[in-house]
Amino acid sequence: METMREVWVFVEQEERQIAPVSLELLGKAQSLARTLNGRVCALLFGHGISSLAEQTVQHGADVVLLADHPDLAVYRTLPYAKIATDLVRERNPYILLLGATAIGRDLAPRIASATMAGLTADCTDLRIGDYERKGQVYKDLLYQIRPAFGGNLIATIVNPEMHPQMATVREGVMKLAQPDGSRRGMVERIEPSFNGYHSALQVLRREIRLPSVDLKSASVIVAGGMGVGSPENFELIFELARVLGGEVGASRAAVDAGLISSEHQVGQTGVTVRPRLYIACGISGAVQHRAGMDQSSKIIAINSDPNAPIFEIAHYKIVGDLRTVIPKMIEAYRENRTHGDVS
Amino acid sequence: MPYHSVVLVKQVPDTANITVKAMKDDGTINRAALPAIFNPEDLYALEMALRVKEDRGGRVTVLTMGPPRAADVLREALYRGADRVILLTDRKTAGSDTLATSYALACAVQHIAQEVGPYDLIFCGRQAIDGDTAQVGPQVAEKLGIPQITYAEAIESLDDGELVARRALTLGTETVRCRLPCLLTVVGSASTPRPPSVRRMLANKLASTPLEYGDLLAEMPEFGSKEALERYLVERGQVITLWSAADVGADYDRVGLSGSPTKVLKVDFVTLGASGSQEIEDSPEGLSALMKELVREYIL
Repeated sequence: METMREVWVFVEQEERQIAPVSLELLGKAQSLARTLNGRVCALLFGHGISSLAEQTVQHGADVVLLADHPDLAVYRTLPYAKIATDLVRERNPYILLLGATAIGRDLAPRIASATMAGLTADCTDLRIGDYERKGQVYKDLLYQIRPAFGGNLIATIVNPEMHPQMATVREGVMKLAQPDGSRRGMVERIEPSFNGYHSALQVLRREIRLPSVDLKSASVIVAGGMGVGSPENFELIFELARVLGGEVGASRAAVDAGLISSEHQVGQTGVTVRPRLYIACGISGAVQHRAGMDQSSKIIAINSDPNAPIFEIAHYKIVGDLRTVIPKMIEAYRENRTHGDVS
Repeated sequence: MPYHSVVLVKQVPDTANITVKAMKDDGTINRAALPAIFNPEDLYALEMALRVKEDRGGRVTVLTMGPPRAADVLREALYRGADRVILLTDRKTAGSDTLATSYALACAVQHIAQEVGPYDLIFCGRQAIDGDTAQVGPQVAEKLGIPQITYAEAIESLDDGELVARRALTLGTETVRCRLPCLLTVVGSASTPRPPSVRRMLANKLASTPLEYGDLLAEMPEFGSKEALERYLVERGQVITLWSAADVGADYDRVGLSGSPTKVLKVDFVTLGASGSQEIEDSPEGLSALMKELVREYIL
């Protein structure tokens, strides 16, 4: 019997808040399912979370597999992996996607190992396409596209035979679609069963600090690199960000050199961003950094080295010393902003 | 109670420090020209294991899978305090993806349990810098049927077969209690790894795998024969144990390319993409025109 191809998304929730990456993935899953003529199934685990099912439907789920159990209240590897693995074995989905978050990267390999599925980490793009190997053609596979080797290569990976085709996907690389209130989906409740092994680990306490930097949702980011030179000079970056109503980003080199804290880091090992405007100040433009910001709508690069690689992806290049360029930019913005307000 | 820790380490090309020498003319990277190093987070894993041994007693066994030259990271592990080091090397494991790698490593860990003794703790770095997948640790734990503690940054207590550890999460920390045996993947915010000890370097300077006896003998002909050299090394505990996939009971169908469900369809080198770029003059007029344009286009 030909069964319908299902694209599954593990919907990550903490404290009854769905992770943004899960909503991004539901939208992507819906477009993959359309290509495959299949349907999207959300895995929603937790305790007291039934009300979140509607939100997953609005973002693209056709079916919600809901496991609501006290042992699932806080994420723990073993109980979550147990339910997901049982479901995968029982229903044999075609694709299973998770966010490349702390939780997704903890859970996905556990499920993949138990079901002998191929798993690709940290994908930045997903597509459907064919694959030919030793004269055999595999139709409609999931192309799992990811940076590799420190961001110097982009690899396309496929899992021709072992399904589900599993991938974790970086936060922020898929566009978050607007929720569609007219979508309808089916909720199916799952009754999990656990044994002593699944409680081998208990969470004693969590200390969560709220992020002071929100790069992901910033529409303007002013970022500094090694060329900024000193923590004092970084004040200029902060000043420009304040005036433009943006956030402050940084390259890995600047973070490693102690010029600024790591929560500001943009790039392959930091946050991936796609703001309306990205201003790169004193950033040379290593591949690792560009991988995290090259999808920005407009990029301004300020660098005293006319041959800095960052200029090759910049829409506007300014060759000059950022210590004098930035004050002039602030001044120029104030003038032009005022004109705009008056007219 | 003494604890037996097994540390899984990997030799990796140094992707973080790409030198001009490793750049090809077309702007791509020549992997072979990069220096091979001890995967950075694996050093933190080794440090955590050494601290358990110092605080609680026990021993540390270090395992790596790789080509013969990966013996270099095992020597480094000896210099830092490992008691026993093992190289799993087999041509048939070449091309293994994370699933096949974790299978081979799990077989080797089970073999360690038989040959060296049961393990209480397994440590590995969170991820290796050449792949950045962070998958092998959890997959080894799954194959061994033991719990995992990912992103571990400190062990807070270890008593009565239970461990309390702190995990570094994106937005804070989580403290968990876990039954032993368990596997920890260790992050770079854990205790700073100790440097190699000069005393241990001297004591282990001849440490070799049997594959290296020929070279060592060429350097030190006074040993006369490989047998005499081996006797000398065995007496001093300086043999780097060498296992093949068959030695650890691994099924050849489950390692290497045939045991890897993921296939690389293609690899594209990242080259700098040229875009329509506009040069802005560093002057009040130039910058004012830029700002005007950005405001007009609703970018600012």
